[in-house]
Amino acid sequence: MVAVAAARQPPRVFQHKKSLIFAGVVLAWLALWLVFRNAWTLSLGAADLTPLHRWINEVNDAVGASRNSNPLFLYFFNEIRLVIDEFVTFIQALIAQPSFGRPVPVIGWLGVVAIAGFVSLVVAGWRIALLAVAGFVFLGLQGLWQESMDTLSLTLAAVVISLLVGIPLGIWAGLSDRANRILTPVLDFMQTMPTFVYLAPLTLFFLIGPASATIATLIYAAPPAIRITAHAIRSVPRNTVEASESLGATRSQTLVKVLLPSARKTIVLGVNQTIMAALAMVTIAALIDAPGLGKTVVKALQTLDVGTAFNAGLAIVVLAIVLDRVTTAAASERRTLPRWALFGGLGVTGVCVYLSYTYLWAAEFQSDVEIGTAIRKGATAVTEWAQDSLPVITDGFKDFVTFALINPLQALLAESPWFLVALVIVALSFMIGGVRPAIVSAVCVGLLIATGLWQDSMITLASTLVATIMVMVLGVVVGVWMGRSTRADRFIRPVLDAAQVMPAFVYLVPFLALFSASRFTAIIAAVVFAAPVAIKIIADGIRAVSPATVEASTALGSSSWQTIVKVQLPMARGALTLAANQGLIYVLSMVVVGGLVGAGALGYDVVAGFSQGQLYGKGLAAGVAIVVLGVMLDRLTQAAAKRWTN
Amino acid sequence: MDPVISVRDLWKVFGPKASQLAASDELKALSRQELMERTGSVAAVRGVDFDVAPGEMFVVMGLSGSGKSTLVRCLTRLVEPTAGTIMFEGENILEADPKRLRDLRRNKFSMVFQHFGLLPHRTVAENVGYGLEIRGVPRAKRGERSQEVIDLVGLSGNEKSYPDQLSGGMQQRVGLARALAGDPDVLFFDEPFSALDPLIRRDMQSEVIRLHREVGKTMVFITHDLNEALKLGDRILIMRDGEVVQVGTGDELVGAPADDYVRDFVRDVPKSHVLTLKWIMRPPRPDDELDGPELSPETVVREAVRSVLSADKPVKVVRNGELLGVVADEEILGVVAGEA
Repeated sequence: MVAVAAARQPPRVFQHKKSLIFAGVVLAWLALWLVFRNAWTLSLGAADLTPLHRWINEVNDAVGASRNSNPLFLYFFNEIRLVIDEFVTFIQALIAQPSFGRPVPVIGWLGVVAIAGFVSLVVAGWRIALLAVAGFVFLGLQGLWQESMDTLSLTLAAVVISLLVGIPLGIWAGLSDRANRILTPVLDFMQTMPTFVYLAPLTLFFLIGPASATIATLIYAAPPAIRITAHAIRSVPRNTVEASESLGATRSQTLVKVLLPSARKTIVLGVNQTIMAALAMVTIAALIDAPGLGKTVVKALQTLDVGTAFNAGLAIVVLAIVLDRVTTAAASERRTLPRWALFGGLGVTGVCVYLSYTYLWAAEFQSDVEIGTAIRKGATAVTEWAQDSLPVITDGFKDFVTFALINPLQALLAESPWFLVALVIVALSFMIGGVRPAIVSAVCVGLLIATGLWQDSMITLASTLVATIMVMVLGVVVGVWMGRSTRADRFIRPVLDAAQVMPAFVYLVPFLALFSASRFTAIIAAVVFAAPVAIKIIADGIRAVSPATVEASTALGSSSWQTIVKVQLPMARGALTLAANQGLIYVLSMVVVGGLVGAGALGYDVVAGFSQGQLYGKGLAAGVAIVVLGVMLDRLTQAAAKRWTN
Repeated sequence: MDPVISVRDLWKVFGPKASQLAASDELKALSRQELMERTGSVAAVRGVDFDVAPGEMFVVMGLSGSGKSTLVRCLTRLVEPTAGTIMFEGENILEADPKRLRDLRRNKFSMVFQHFGLLPHRTVAENVGYGLEIRGVPRAKRGERSQEVIDLVGLSGNEKSYPDQLSGGMQQRVGLARALAGDPDVLFFDEPFSALDPLIRRDMQSEVIRLHREVGKTMVFITHDLNEALKLGDRILIMRDGEVVQVGTGDELVGAPADDYVRDFVRDVPKSHVLTLKWIMRPPRPDDELDGPELSPETVVREAVRSVLSADKPVKVVRNGELLGVVADEEILGVVAGEA
């Protein structure tokens, strides 16, 4: 009888009760906040350290001291570092840095442009080859040839290693269910971790420099290669494989002659993803002293030199577009180049490489039409103009968001006693997901306190939540529009794709120009970074709602608004929760980038940790805190999604 | 003549307790439903026996879920049978080690698939030569042989096309050529024409009949289409729920269905196209005049209509000079009218 009564209880009342409790918790929090404001907030000054931070510093020093004596380092980490360093240096010697006693690299600009053009011609056709040549020449004209080549070298090195590791692993995961089961959670973890977080621990083992940068890039860029290769192998039609087996092919014959060729296109798409991820990460790795364009951007951002940052950012975009187009075209169709074009191109390329090896004019990019200065000046002028003439709009928006959203939330989170916030978080987790999420949240709260960065974590959490809310608003508005209108989808989707290709840094530049360094700038950059993903997921979710249901709703006389609110959004709630989850993760991965432009808190701690030795431990702890926040929010949104969609 | 393929008590069970089943007569005796309930396993093929004679076109017919596709995959061990024996040219295939099995697949039998299973990244000629390539035939010889079979199946001129540039019928010709290229003793067809348009299906059926006549290979043909089975098959095996219901020639199935299931199946078949005179003749009655024309008992009714109806006396059905029976207007009309 009891069970029956419980089952009969109308869910409406239950929901109602739940929102009452929810409101009660928030109200109680507000009341207690008023009373205990600014007490027990566990704040920590910018230069202050906790014992944990000092201990990490000591470990760092100890590791540094034993780097050449400890066998683990001598025979393992140092070996890896040496091999990777050698590899990167070798590629740099070829195209980027003066080498082998020469004042210039082995292959000068003319040779590199010719090789880029020829490779593009072979894999992607005439048009793309022209694009590649034009793009590379543009990099030179910007006055950023060497920086671009450093970035390209690092990217190539990371891509080669990623593919050497990733494709075999992907094939393995494609062939063996067990391997797939083992690899999937590992890849999930690698991909949900905010990218900056592994930079700091890596420097502990591999020092600051190209090796750490390459390994960080590897961690970020290899998962797509592995995943997509496995997926490609798995999606080869069963009957094709069966046909091959029925003809008596061995396993390796089937792999080499059937699976790999059939999966080729998809695998090339994986290579594309890997290259784009690597480029994005290589620029970010400038924070741990990776050479190249990223470094130029970071330096310019630190001195608020928008013109220089924009010029270098533009170079990254150009590089990204060229690499993306070439690899996308390579995946799209089969192409056979006429023999004369192949050998002709090879000949021309050979001559260009020889010239660039021999003559200075073909080795060093010297141009009378230096457009880099013009771009820098132009960008600076636009910035100044914007700062002078647009403050009414920009400042209005900025102040509104700052005072209406960021400040109250931050005050509530960061100025409440820690135990109060902790209690609220655990209580909300319990209400959202039940016992397990509550336990996860409790553990995460404990870890945040242990890092000694509780208040910074709460400030970052406030910014993250504000950014995520904005992402979701944008996502729902634009996503619904795209989901309902094919034309809107056709116009907006390429823009979103392009935005996703661009390395995270590049977003900062225009917003820095408009809003100067502040928490708000960092939030906007995070929103712009995370919005494309959320929009796409929601648009696809809306589109996936069965047309028959929408038609039925229209036939019953619903207005468009009613159809959206009562049919499409509820039916797309799986997509909505996924978008919220992904939005959070993306926003969180921009926290460190935000630290460069005035976000403060954890992001700043990480950035400062890279640059100042005595803050190393604090920076590492801040990195851990970001991961902990990420894990907590990820689990919470997933639990909420499960509740809501069932 | 010894059979090429001889299948005895073949079982294929999918599920957790498949291997136990082979040893247990008690489990084997259960119906499909009971087996599912008792063990959670599904018996796709249940104690199947049959022989295929050299040069025969042997058709296995059944509705979807009857186990026919599993059966044909068991014959080549693309699906591993649970129990039973499959003798192929005197050798038990189930005892072949992986290497021997590969040898058999490379040289002795090959298969044509419902969804073609072509390699999209290879041209027609490369697809056809694939089987030869994996057994290490040199390129020149491969090209020669591929060209032969391409001509044989009527694909000349399309050697350099890719599968996605061909129609479904053409793609299946490639599949056919690929199966023929290795010059196997036996060809297996797994519903090869089910995915094709009716008109193209008819063309391809005629093509297979022509090839069967020209190359004289033993063929095992799986289909769910009774008309296709009757058109192609020297003998037909009807399967239901993994078991053999009846094996026989087309006219045997139509003339003497083993049970209601088969009877229901063949009800709509145009009988005059399938039945022969031996199925409709009657013993001569005393008042019959026995000096009319003679026909063989294997004559299909449709072909006998004209001579029977135009003769004013009953037609004698005679084999080797022995009078088996007579056929008069009423017998012929009984068949022809029954179809209307």
